[in-house]
Amino acid sequence: MHVTFGAEDLAFQDEVRAFFRDEYPADIRAAVDSGKEIAPEMQIRWQQLLYEKGWAAPNWPVEYGGTGWTPVQKYIYAREEGLANAPIIVPFGLNMVGPVIYTFGSEEQKQRFLPDILASNVWWCQGYSEPGAGSDLASLKTRADRAGDHYVVNGTKTWTTLGQHADWIFCLARTSSDVARRQEGISFILIDMKSPGVTMTPIITLDGKHEVNEVHFDNVEVPAENLVGEEGRGWTYGKVLLQHERANSSNTFRSEYRLRKLREQASRPVRGARPLNEDANFMRRLAAVEVELKSLEYIELRTLASVASGKAPGAESSFLKLLGTEIQQSIDALYMDAAGYYSLPYKPEQPVGEGNEINTALRYFNFRKATIYAGSNEIQKNIIAKHVLGL
Amino acid sequence: MDFSLNELQTMLADSIARFIDNEYDFDTRQSYADSERGFSDDVWAKFADLGWTAVPFSEEDGGIGGGPADIMVLMESLARGLVVEPYLANIVLAGGILARTANDAQKERWLHPIIGGELHATLAYYEPQARYELADIATTATPDGDGWRVSGRKGVVPNAATADLIIVPARTAGNAGDTDGITLFAVPAADLVCQGYRTVDGLRAAEVALDDVRVDADQVLGEPGAGFAPLDATVDDATLAICAEAVGLMRVLTDKTVEYSKQRVQFGVPIGSFQALQHRMVDMLMACEQARSVLMWAVMLHAAGADSKHAISSIKYLVGTAGQKVGEEAIQIHGGMGVTWDLDVAHHFKRLTVINRLFGNADWHLDRLAA
Repeated sequence: MHVTFGAEDLAFQDEVRAFFRDEYPADIRAAVDSGKEIAPEMQIRWQQLLYEKGWAAPNWPVEYGGTGWTPVQKYIYAREEGLANAPIIVPFGLNMVGPVIYTFGSEEQKQRFLPDILASNVWWCQGYSEPGAGSDLASLKTRADRAGDHYVVNGTKTWTTLGQHADWIFCLARTSSDVARRQEGISFILIDMKSPGVTMTPIITLDGKHEVNEVHFDNVEVPAENLVGEEGRGWTYGKVLLQHERANSSNTFRSEYRLRKLREQASRPVRGARPLNEDANFMRRLAAVEVELKSLEYIELRTLASVASGKAPGAESSFLKLLGTEIQQSIDALYMDAAGYYSLPYKPEQPVGEGNEINTALRYFNFRKATIYAGSNEIQKNIIAKHVLGL
Repeated sequence: MDFSLNELQTMLADSIARFIDNEYDFDTRQSYADSERGFSDDVWAKFADLGWTAVPFSEEDGGIGGGPADIMVLMESLARGLVVEPYLANIVLAGGILARTANDAQKERWLHPIIGGELHATLAYYEPQARYELADIATTATPDGDGWRVSGRKGVVPNAATADLIIVPARTAGNAGDTDGITLFAVPAADLVCQGYRTVDGLRAAEVALDDVRVDADQVLGEPGAGFAPLDATVDDATLAICAEAVGLMRVLTDKTVEYSKQRVQFGVPIGSFQALQHRMVDMLMACEQARSVLMWAVMLHAAGADSKHAISSIKYLVGTAGQKVGEEAIQIHGGMGVTWDLDVAHHFKRLTVINRLFGNADWHLDRLAA
């Protein structure tokens, strides 16, 4: 039993660390550290910088532009990226629709879509949830009816994250209602957001941000060639994608970064107050979250070791999602308590308080979503109960 | 033994409930919160007309002689409407400390117009560095002829930017942390600098700076150097008041969650039929009942003039832990809808979260209980 990296992996770690130290643009770093949302321009600039480095898609096969890294190298990369507090890659293209297209798409679709996804030339968004289909995703009602060489799409998708910047949307839509199980008859379809009949309504979240949207499809004509894989098999493809989404939502090393920063902040006086590390209650709670995070780190490492030895990842992605999101929320609460009553000011014109205190409450409110999105944590527990415990 | 409301309290609860139902729906509340002053002057005038601003004051001060139990009923009732009018700042804090310290002339000048709804006032109870320690006062006042000169900073002062009068505790003797040597000054807003802002619950607060402000002798409240006791007692009142508000919020959040779980259908059934969620909603209800019980204990002790600090810390700790959990569960069970701006549940949750960072968080109160 050991967790040590070989000389080659250590050299790789040095290379990655140096990259994030030297090539991560200072303006983007400052924006991410401030805890505010970063501009789409910065997001794209960062992803294109990774693309030029050849690191845009660590998980993709080499033939489509992946890195060819071993599982250990991917882990090292994710760790350094998180500890550098680099911008979170907008997942819809690189981590979601990309893998579906290279796994299930036609040769034509691969050639048409993958290069632009890899280079972040095209912004994708996700059309899964509907107003009446959240946790119960299979009850979705958006229809895609075949009419000659195209589909006619009607329905409403919701919680479409950053849809306001998107060029394309991938959707789960019902192509047949004459099915034995509700999971059948659902297809995976790619839709150009500029198509006539596509409209969007912003949804403002409790922290006052415009991050998600409702997307409406009113007789939208979609060429039949935009169907990915076989008609009616979309549920299977979509599940593959959701496992990627869940595994990516643990954010282990960004949590570690935030805890380190909090410890550092606790060691010095802020606003002339006594340092927080003199507050035993606070430090105990901080230490307890650090233990939780260590457990997540080692669950992730054990999953990695199992994948490296050739086993397929399964319900482990649900462990990571459950624990990772709960830890993020615990850290948000700690930040808010560290700020005390200076967590109250809401977007003041002049800064109030110091540094990361400004947005602590807004982040705490915003990240209540983490235990709801990507399959709520209740759904993850159902998955674990069924597939791990056999209940 | 009787835990029922008396006639006055029942009337108060009924009239506030009617007011919220008829005149203060969520959209109206949001429009007041978004307005320039952050609340409605018309609504405030109505509070004065209906006598709600007079509740905690003695009859000789122009009040109706109510006590902590009446304030409990009032704050809990206002919580349902997420009322943004500055009841806490004007009545509980500024009014409360004036009632304790002001002489007749000062009451005539400030307390009566506050009760009448004509004067807005607040209390600058914390400084930026204080972290909930009331006696951590670095603002100083030095004698200047028959008056004083005051300099210092106050942080996150509720409704300070719209106040006409700000009550400022300052140190006239001793060191930061000492309870002796604190003097209370009534300072017109025009004499100091306020940087106002919204707070994350839709209310307003400000950073307040005093730079060598000249204060006359008749603006000193109570005995010089003896300001800590009335300050501490007033903050106890306010802590109990927001705990009552929090208990009201917890109940609203629980009721709305149960209601939503009966309406929201997934997997062909209302989500409220899932045992996993039923048990969690039962836990929410239990937290409400525990909090309400401890609140009543604290209110009774406080009303009787007994030492109520441990009881006040108990209820503040409970709303800060079990109460926060109720809020988080309400959002989680509402799912995506729970994190939207347009649904009132999110705003009840935000107000509850803010209350848990005012007047000592759960850790701070547990420390006080453990000591």
